[in-house]
Amino acid sequence: MTKSSARTATTRIGKHIVLIAVGILMLYPLLWMVASSLRPDEEIFHQAGLFVGEPRLSNYQDGWSALGQPFSHYIWNSLIVALGCIVGNLVSCSMAAYAFARLEFRNKAAFFAIMLMTIMLPIHVVIVPQYILFSQFGWTNTFIPLILPKILATDAFFIFLMVQFIRGLPRELDEAARIDGAGHVRTFLRIILPLMTPALATTAIFTFIWTWNDFFSQLIYLTDPDVYTVPVALRSFVDSASSSSWGQLFAMSVVSLLPVFVVFLIGQRYLVRGIATTGIK
Amino acid sequence: MTARSELTRERRASRFGRSASNRTKKSVSSRIKGDERASWGFLSPWLAGLLLITIVPMGASLWLSFSDYNLLQPPSWVGLENYQRLLEDPRLHNALEVTFRYVAISVPLQLALSLGLAVLLNQGMRGIPLYRSAFYLPSLLGGSVAVAVLWRQMFGHEGLVNQTLALFGIEHGSWIADPSTALGTLVTLNVWTFGAPMIIFLAALRQIPAMYYEAAAVDGASRFRQFGSITLPLLTPIIFFNLVLQVIGAFQAFTQAFVISGGSGGPSDSTMFYTLYLYQQGFRNFDMGYAAAMAWLLLALVGVFTAINFLLSRYWVFYND
Repeated sequence: MTKSSARTATTRIGKHIVLIAVGILMLYPLLWMVASSLRPDEEIFHQAGLFVGEPRLSNYQDGWSALGQPFSHYIWNSLIVALGCIVGNLVSCSMAAYAFARLEFRNKAAFFAIMLMTIMLPIHVVIVPQYILFSQFGWTNTFIPLILPKILATDAFFIFLMVQFIRGLPRELDEAARIDGAGHVRTFLRIILPLMTPALATTAIFTFIWTWNDFFSQLIYLTDPDVYTVPVALRSFVDSASSSSWGQLFAMSVVSLLPVFVVFLIGQRYLVRGIATTGIK
Repeated sequence: MTARSELTRERRASRFGRSASNRTKKSVSSRIKGDERASWGFLSPWLAGLLLITIVPMGASLWLSFSDYNLLQPPSWVGLENYQRLLEDPRLHNALEVTFRYVAISVPLQLALSLGLAVLLNQGMRGIPLYRSAFYLPSLLGGSVAVAVLWRQMFGHEGLVNQTLALFGIEHGSWIADPSTALGTLVTLNVWTFGAPMIIFLAALRQIPAMYYEAAAVDGASRFRQFGSITLPLLTPIIFFNLVLQVIGAFQAFTQAFVISGGSGGPSDSTMFYTLYLYQQGFRNFDMGYAAAMAWLLLALVGVFTAINFLLSRYWVFYND
């Protein structure tokens, strides 16, 4: 008896050791980057440890003003894009999701299938003509090409997520509202939308993180340093950086990861639930 | 959860809807008419997007793929020339090979790791939320330029990896400047983001009824036997789902290769992902026709691989319903 319980205790401890080891391996690079951003440059290439003897913020101060504009300028641009995308996704995807989940219309199954297929469509297939079209309108170096697609619900992921969520809501609620004479708009705004705040939160959080990290479309549409967002600015920093400015580069990298980290801490619950129900990244 | 099961559910639901409509015919038919108009209103942003952001550009992209267009002169029809170039372009063939290798190595590694850790985490231990967060965080950060910057330093000549190896007396040159190891650094970065599929696995593991394991334990099945005969078969739909998603995602990898190689896909094209080559052709050389043809080849490849996955799934995916 004692022998077997001792054995389960050992296996339990063994599992924790494996998990902790993997966890350290996973997070060490990030922690090391934070530590390195507080070190002078010559130490970055000779210090594999995390301990910082004399933490200094000069990398942050110098990195902040190392590019043509102060780094806050790029953060501001990224925030505008992210905010536009969040509002666009919330409004347009929830509208489409309500129709798919609660309304009957012709060829619904076919439209639903098309919607699911667009989730899998690589952006590269449409980016070339999209770029030509948007540049004809003179929209390169504006945020319109980044935000407009979201206003038009092209992130079908979120439609799917919201459809799944609305299907889980009891139909009696909106039936009752309909019997009381509420139209679809009222039912949607007053009954469904308030009930689907968890799905809306998941959408907002994912949209923020994806937009904040998005590089491909921002690289293509934003070529003027004045409208650079954080990822594009950071990339131009990499190109201009010599080996003597790695500390600054790390410092600005940490700054650029910070918002995602904060959103992760606040919204973890919604993220995990969102992934578990739809399998989005 | 997959698109296919989703569709059958949809069909089933509409069948139920119809049988219900026979009972209260009049009120429902008038309501459906009201539904119809409201539906198009609710769907209008999505429909506009489908048309203007997806279908029309897809058509234009198809047409462009048969043209020569550099944004300055008007496009001219060249027939199959771009597709002929696809067949003959050695750099494109190299890009395909690099991408295939990347997909073939990183996706199985990532899935194995995420499944293994999900099973380990699912055994009712203390501190699961903490582990889960630690494993999941890299998935959210992995796509960023900042992490690519970090990787570039880590695997550089005097980077973190070589500093650590030096502690054990091992000397190694830059992993990024060496064509035989550069792709490997990108693979590690993709494997590092295993947290998202892990969370899907965890959610699926929670759904397996405990009584299956209890019955197996009564019959004297060992832990390994239980895993092989219960857990694994019941998880196959989710493994399949993750496989399809990760393959599609890995085919489109771009940011990391771009930042780590400084936009070149080097050294000697060893990190030249397909999408990176497409970017170079389309947005550096402004060879829009060729880029469009490449985009269609990419779509065809992703489509073929997804189809192969679906066909093969018949032999190993087990649907319990």
